[in-house]
Amino acid sequence: MPKLTVDDLKKIKEEYKSTFTLREGGYRAKITVHMGTCGIAAGAREVMNALMDEMAKENIKDVIVTNSGCAGFCSREPMATVEMLNHAPVKYQLLNPEKIRRIFKEHVQGGKVVDEFALVAGSETSY
Amino acid sequence: MEDLSLHILDIALNSVEAGATLIEITLREDLKADLMEMEVKDNGRGMNRDVLARVADPFFTTKPKKKSFGLGIPFLKQYAEECGGSFSITSRPGAGTTLRASFKGSHIDRKPIGNLGSTMASLVGGHPEMDFKLSLEKSGNSYYKFDSAELKKELEGVPVDYPPVLAAIREEINAQAAAYALNTHPYPSREGTKGIKE
Ligand SMILES: Nc1ncnc2c1ncn2[C@@H]1O[C@H](COP(=O)(O)OP(=O)(O)OP(=O)(O)O)[C@@H](O)[C@H]1O
Ligand SMILES: [Mg+2]
Repeated sequence: MPKLTVDDLKKIKEEYKSTFTLREGGYRAKITVHMGTCGIAAGAREVMNALMDEMAKENIKDVIVTNSGCAGFCSREPMATVEMLNHAPVKYQLLNPEKIRRIFKEHVQGGKVVDEFALVAGSETSY
Repeated sequence: MEDLSLHILDIALNSVEAGATLIEITLREDLKADLMEMEVKDNGRGMNRDVLARVADPFFTTKPKKKSFGLGIPFLKQYAEECGGSFSITSRPGAGTTLRASFKGSHIDRKPIGNLGSTMASLVGGHPEMDFKLSLEKSGNSYYKFDSAELKKELEGVPVDYPPVLAAIREEINAQAAAYALNTHPYPSREGTKGIKE
């Protein structure tokens, strides 16, 4: 069965190398999508994939997206935690693909916490 | 859980949390026996006999109670049993864990495979340092294989969690899974390729 075609890979490699490599300078932000059983049942996977698509679209290389277990607030799933370098983490609740795209634009790219969706905003947020 | 690919993600994340470095996911379809089987095999820390004996009990968890409900495995076991299938886990401390769940292929309540590409992209993207294998088998023959370790080699230094790579993984696996699911058991009609493309 065919793998990712050689052309696909070539294109991706060229694209990656043609844009400057920010990764060496470390990461600007880390986003954790909580994926315990309850988070997955509530739609966490599509939140994660929406995030990855947004990053692909904007060609972002200095943000890590990862997943971990439940955040301990099952009724508020899907949830994600956004950690910007040198800022307290912010937890977001009741997410869907649309909300995470807004959080990515406004918080990760724009530096402004989306209070509307936040569960606990870090106290020293000075955006 | 709406589909099999969500169960697979949930079970594979147990393996991630068990410290595995390699997770092998297999779907096996045996048309003659009218069975579909999923297997998740990891090289994580494994379970001792006490944990293994209780692992399928609802609300049994060894993770912080505040954070985990202990429902992932019971959900899957119940679903397999409801679909005329079976469920088993073998595990030894230090020797990893293998979980298998099977379902009667033609059972009316059998869930579609779903967005398997999204599951694999979430796993590889969330844990780029780990290795993931996916194997789709039909009546004893290999139909499709994905191996993130192989892909990493082909990428020649481009990180496997670079978002365009993840998008390509997702599309590729979904295309393969859709074809795999097409010439399959006479599914309940609601199956089709629903959930494959989002
Ligand atoms: N692959 C594995 N390796 C080692 N231990 C495992 C593995 N899978 C499950 N376990 C053990 O079984 C327990 C129950 O797993 P289960 O998925 O049902 O619940 P959970 O992961 O604790 O919580 P939840 O899935 O509800 O978020 C886990 O807490 C863990 O101790
Ligand atoms: Mg679990």
